[in-house]
Amino acid sequence: MDALIAEFPRFVSGFLGTLRLCLFAAIGALLLGTLLAAFRVSPVPPLRWVGTSWVTVFRNSPLVVVLFLFAFGLPQVGVVFPTFGGNAFFWPGVAGLSAYTAAFVCEAVRSGINSVPAGQAEAARAVGLTFQQTLGAVVLPQALRTVVPPLGSVMIAMIKNSAIVGAFGVTGELFSVDGALTAAGYSALSSLGGVAIAYLAITIPAGIGLGWLERKIEVKR
Amino acid sequence: MTEAPMIRMVSVDKHFGELHVLRDINLEVAAGQVVVVLGPSGSGKSTLCRTINRLEPVDSGTIEVDGQRLPEEGKALAGLRADVGMVFQSFNLFAHKTILQNVTLAPMKVRRTSKADAEKAGIALLERVGIANQRDKYPAQLSGGQQQRAAIARALAMKPKVMLFDEPTSALDPEMVNEVLDVMTTLAKEGMTMLVVTHEMGFARRAANRVVFMSDGEIVEDADPEAFFTAPRSDRAKDFLGKILTH
Ligand SMILES: Nc1ncnc2c1ncn2[C@@H]1O[C@H](COP(=O)(O)OP(=O)(O)O)[C@@H](O)[C@H]1O
Ligand SMILES: [Mg+2]
Repeated sequence: MDALIAEFPRFVSGFLGTLRLCLFAAIGALLLGTLLAAFRVSPVPPLRWVGTSWVTVFRNSPLVVVLFLFAFGLPQVGVVFPTFGGNAFFWPGVAGLSAYTAAFVCEAVRSGINSVPAGQAEAARAVGLTFQQTLGAVVLPQALRTVVPPLGSVMIAMIKNSAIVGAFGVTGELFSVDGALTAAGYSALSSLGGVAIAYLAITIPAGIGLGWLERKIEVKR
Repeated sequence: MTEAPMIRMVSVDKHFGELHVLRDINLEVAAGQVVVVLGPSGSGKSTLCRTINRLEPVDSGTIEVDGQRLPEEGKALAGLRADVGMVFQSFNLFAHKTILQNVTLAPMKVRRTSKADAEKAGIALLERVGIANQRDKYPAQLSGGQQQRAAIARALAMKPKVMLFDEPTSALDPEMVNEVLDVMTTLAKEGMTMLVVTHEMGFARRAANRVVFMSDGEIVEDADPEAFFTAPRSDRAKDFLGKILTH
């Protein structure tokens, strides 16, 4: 606890670093995951195949392995990420976390899509909407109600998983604060306790925000 | 040049796995004609209806709407479906949209009509089917009869060349059947080309030019309504009429 008070500015900057990492990863995971879900229900077999393969691979791989792949594997085949504020691991970390989380987002969105009665999409196709319009204007808005709770769990899991990205070498986020403080002589208990509290300061408000969003969607019909 | 029929089905076959749902279907519906399709449950009426806008693809044979062969999946098919109105047994109104939004969605998205024009036309259509005062409600707040009339208005908003109805009154309480049939009868009188799956004999007699009787995936009779109801030729039709008349 003394670490949290004495080194408060470090915690604040770690807190902001984690927020930034999670914000980018969340945007990436939500966009990619929704796209993959659209692929999985598309009438085009190759797209369905891409969606299914992505989910199978990333949902069944340890996040650490995925991150290693993005940080060290991809550069070997010519995919070079730019640095972020001098940190080479930030973008590979964001990309790896997005790619991994997208698999879970995809499954949450897909189960939401499946909860919408088939007649809704049929009526949309029958009036001449394309596949994309049917999904965007009729199916996804109705899927949203069932998708928000599981999506919330996925996002909170992602925030916690972001610690692995920190352990990995993205300095300036919360988990890396622990390493810095231990090195500066604080006890592990004291510095990790501070880190745990700082994570709760993100995940608990996120949970409250999601509950609010759920209720808001509920009354909007 | 002779005018192409509005709907033409030639040697259409379809299976669901082992089940042969459509057997060598040949059917033409001329522009302005109203054809009623009837037959026992499971005889393939819904499937027939749904192949015409390719909600169900067929195994073999050709289907043309207004002289144009049904395109494969994609933009062209969406374009064709915009010209073919469809009314479902279970209404299938968009549950998250108001009645007016249900009617304006496709004109705005597909025809690129402006919101103002789409709403003006939409309100006129809702007036025509008698539910303009319900325009800001959501589907779940309407009675079945009102929902089905809204669904008809939604289809008409695309100015379709032909309308398909799949048992439009089967899910309705008896007292609401006539309000929907009245709208359909008016539409028929105005010259809309219609293919209607229904067991409402009153409607068939009043509005239909022909009755098509299906059994086990086949078209067994294709006759004038009066002739069909008073003197069906096939045993299967006699048997079927006996059942629906006695209960
Ligand atoms: N999507 C489907 N998959 C498998 N079988 C189906 C499907 N749709 C309909 N069928 C079967 O095809 C037959 C004809 O169905 P349908 O066209 O709905 O008949 P009807 O409308 O005359 O009652 C029925 O035996 C039905 O169970
Ligand atoms: Mg049917």
